[in-house]
Amino acid sequence: MRTQALKLRLRLMSWFAMVLLTAQVLAAESSDAAVIVADSRKFTGWQARWANLYNESHFWFALITVIILPVTALILGRLTGWFMARLGINLRSRELAEH
Amino acid sequence: MDWLHVLMPVSGALIFWPGLVVLGFGVGMIGGFFGMGGGWMVTPGLNILGFPMAFAIGTDIAQMSGPSLVSTLRHGKFGNVDYKLGLTMVIGTVGGLEVGARMIMWLERIGQIDLYVRSAYLVLLTLIAWLVFADISKRRKKERAALASGRKLDALATGIEWHKTLHKIKIPPVVHFKRAGVRCSIWLPIAVSFFTGWLAGVLGIGGGLVRMPALIYLIGCPTHIAVGTDLFEIVISGLYGTASYSYKGRTELLAALIMLVGASIGAQIGSIATKYVKGYGIRIFFGFAVVGCGVSILLKIAAAALPSLRHILDNCAAVLILGLVSALSLYILTKFVLGVREERAQRKQPLVHV
Repeated sequence: MRTQALKLRLRLMSWFAMVLLTAQVLAAESSDAAVIVADSRKFTGWQARWANLYNESHFWFALITVIILPVTALILGRLTGWFMARLGINLRSRELAEH
Repeated sequence: MDWLHVLMPVSGALIFWPGLVVLGFGVGMIGGFFGMGGGWMVTPGLNILGFPMAFAIGTDIAQMSGPSLVSTLRHGKFGNVDYKLGLTMVIGTVGGLEVGARMIMWLERIGQIDLYVRSAYLVLLTLIAWLVFADISKRRKKERAALASGRKLDALATGIEWHKTLHKIKIPPVVHFKRAGVRCSIWLPIAVSFFTGWLAGVLGIGGGLVRMPALIYLIGCPTHIAVGTDLFEIVISGLYGTASYSYKGRTELLAALIMLVGASIGAQIGSIATKYVKGYGIRIFFGFAVVGCGVSILLKIAAAALPSLRHILDNCAAVLILGLVSALSLYILTKFVLGVREERAQRKQPLVHV
């Protein structure tokens, strides 16, 4: 049940990322903004690959950024939530009811 | 101390990474507590750490969606998010943002856009600060009057009650937002979010600073629901902003991820701390945050007008923002620690059967 919910959440997230990016591509106008090139010679490994991806395709660069950030936030949020629960905090209810 | 610095793959800036973690922690905590993305704090912070301005703005917007997501999930568990209201408001927010952004392009052609935008921002912040403190003062008056007549003021009583007048406008369809406890015309949240979205678009900000008070004073949400629902909207607008700035090549994923490490802890602390603080306690400190933000904008305007003092005034603005972030973080952290201690002590007390 949980795995299914997680799968559904990930699927929704990827769908949302695609929608966001499609909107961006469709809305893109010819701009005279300065073009920035990442200097990949200074890096090795994944950093060099990341810098190269930036230079080659802003679309893939944006897509991966939009997916990685919320997924990492979900994982870190779960981890910190688990830690807070271990501290003895009730994470499911708030008793206060006022404006 | 080379290991304390990391070279950013896209912008090529050498950044002191513990600074990013601390900044993320502070902003996550303040965002989770007040229901805002914290763009006004992060952009200057990133700039001070060494990011070029273009990357500071993009990275700020990119990191915003992460802690907001963590906070929204936590507030959701506490029942602080009205998803129906949030989704209704997205319609207005997106439309307003687009109109605002187009208006900015039109203003750019006229010139002197910075001065206009900053002045408008300053007027708006003054208005919000006045609204918050006038509301608090009115409620205190009601509290004193109730006390004098030997009654206890209703927990749901508010100072300023503009929302009650707005709820009387019953243009169909009228909807009920159960979690927020609001019954009004659907056009009210759409119009309010269009207005706040437009303001955010014109001012180039995320909008939490404007939407949070709008949810309270114009729609009539209780403070905690306003915080949670606003964060839900920030997740959506933050992801849209991330897509937009990344596609333009102005985000630094590595920096956003490093910030997220601190921000995810901070966001949990900030969201949980709202359990231990009454709604009006949150409003008072939100008012202080708005005043601090306003003073920093005032210093920026003065710096632009007085070029000889520019360096000093810019530094003052940066110190003020970082000082404010530290003070608010310390306040929230104290409330969190005291609240957790009390909750644990209450749990340890044995149940007394009468």
